[in-house]
Amino acid sequence: MTTRPARLEVPATRALPALRRPRLPFSPWHLLLVPLALVFAAPLGWLLLSSVMSNAEINRFPPALWPSHVDLAGFRYVLDNALFLRWFTNSLIVSAVTVGSNLLFGALGGYAFARMRFAGSRALLGLMVATMAIPFQLTMIPTFLVMKKLGLIDSLGALIVPSLVTPFAVFLLRQFFLSLPRELEEAAWIDGCSRLRVLFTIVLPLSRPALSTVAVLTFLSTWNDLTWPLIAVNHDTTYTLQLGLTTFQGQHHTNWAAVMAGNVITVLPVLLAFLGAQKTFVRSITTSGLKG
Amino acid sequence: MPGLPRPITVPSRGSASGRGLRHPEPPKTPVAPVQRRRRRETAAAWAYVSPAVLIILGLGVVPVAWSLLLSFQVDDLVTPSRWTGLDNYAALAQDPHFAQAVGNTVLYTLLYVPLSILFGFLLAQALNRRIRLVGLYRTLVFVPFVLSATAQGVLFSFILDPQFGAANSLLHHLGVSPQGFLTDPAQALLVLVGITLWSGTGFCVVVYLAALQDVPPSLVEAARLDGAGTWRVLRHVTLPAITPVTAFLVLWQLITSLQVFDLVYVTTKGGPLGSTTVIVYFVWEQAFKNFTAGYGAASAYVLALALLVVVLVLRVLRRPGKALR
Repeated sequence: MTTRPARLEVPATRALPALRRPRLPFSPWHLLLVPLALVFAAPLGWLLLSSVMSNAEINRFPPALWPSHVDLAGFRYVLDNALFLRWFTNSLIVSAVTVGSNLLFGALGGYAFARMRFAGSRALLGLMVATMAIPFQLTMIPTFLVMKKLGLIDSLGALIVPSLVTPFAVFLLRQFFLSLPRELEEAAWIDGCSRLRVLFTIVLPLSRPALSTVAVLTFLSTWNDLTWPLIAVNHDTTYTLQLGLTTFQGQHHTNWAAVMAGNVITVLPVLLAFLGAQKTFVRSITTSGLKG
Repeated sequence: MPGLPRPITVPSRGSASGRGLRHPEPPKTPVAPVQRRRRRETAAAWAYVSPAVLIILGLGVVPVAWSLLLSFQVDDLVTPSRWTGLDNYAALAQDPHFAQAVGNTVLYTLLYVPLSILFGFLLAQALNRRIRLVGLYRTLVFVPFVLSATAQGVLFSFILDPQFGAANSLLHHLGVSPQGFLTDPAQALLVLVGITLWSGTGFCVVVYLAALQDVPPSLVEAARLDGAGTWRVLRHVTLPAITPVTAFLVLWQLITSLQVFDLVYVTTKGGPLGSTTVIVYFVWEQAFKNFTAGYGAASAYVLALALLVVVLVLRVLRRPGKALR
């Protein structure tokens, strides 16, 4: 039945290809998007290429734009440097603790604000949300003084404590918990389940999108931060990777291959996490962007 | 009977009855079960929120007040501070370096915010279609956003090195004379804007792509059936639908660009000749390099107040737009 109208249209479709013949075999949008994508990719490509170049290739003018062979001297130089590995470990510790504590304290706080009633909870929540609007540079000097009073300056503690839990984590998780149906939890209470068990066995397993959003954004901001480590830490054994990299550049500015190798290692965890969980990343950025 | 009262633990009802009802029965137990449970619940709630409250308020609200106090003092972060009233603010008003920092920050913001949003929107339009490899394009555009400002700074100081950098090498091939880039006072700030556009446009693209997917296709279709062309669909359907997202992006990009620091620290350290000293860099320099924390706190307060004013103005500007629709 449906073949008949199709047949009727044949002359029309035959006429069209004559018009479209000179067209490209692909969408014309690629003509715009390929150069644009190159602009975004080129610096990153150059980062990777230069990290495997020999210093001779980098230092001649004009510098080589493509390595003649893969030279891992830069990576070897960086990885032989005990401080560099220390910085990597420091960054890893600080990020892991911060992500873990934001999930834990964010979930506890968010759950209490979403489901439990206590005097002053609304005012307290309002105040905490309001602190999100406080610009960082306003608090950075006093936070330094607080950390100094606590005797934490120059330790990983100074890097961790101020971001143990952020209002963002509490607020985002609270909003998510509010969206979950209460009935599931009520059934568990009736069965004699404690609040804490309800949270950990029912609510949190259902909250994976929100938890991953908090984890992704906390990891990004902690791993990538430079300002606070720069203020809170003076001794190079407590540097994070980002902070170490800035000194690295000055000390070894002739050894660009090593600097670029260090840079590759610095961005690698974030890049791998991003490429591995691109959907989660993008969703985190948009949800935080559209609601935060 | 410990099992009996459990089923009525719906919090809202519990709180109402706990306050309003007076138990008529003789008080056999010292505290009524409902009350005891409520008290236990309150204690639990406080236990749950206390880590967050202590840290967020302790390191969020307290420093705001402390910063204000500091801004009225002379403080070198080591010896006891001395009260000087408004002297810091008076000195700021006279300080040409502060004026330069404000000017640089404003120029940076005026360039970065509109350009990143415009490019973000145009790119999102181009990427919001079903063509081959579109996923790859989106990834490539977004990847720079997840790199740290430090990594970007190190990478671009290398690429833009006046003598050995790839950028001048490319220009050389194109027959353009070598540029100073970050070492040229006339170019440095513009180059920084360019670097942040490279990394920050991806954020706008992602947010706009999410918003464009929420534009109801039925609206677009209806407009097309009514004979609207691409331009009119854009003007009368797409743009109004994504106005809230644009407003959010303006605010967000404004806040990030007024607070730019890491990239400046890594690439230029405020130079050459102060041409890239932005406000946060100025605050940091005063407090942690020159050890004039009170002066730094005062300049931070000026920035915070400026931000507040900008946010309030934006809010006021947004309201009539909403009323119109």
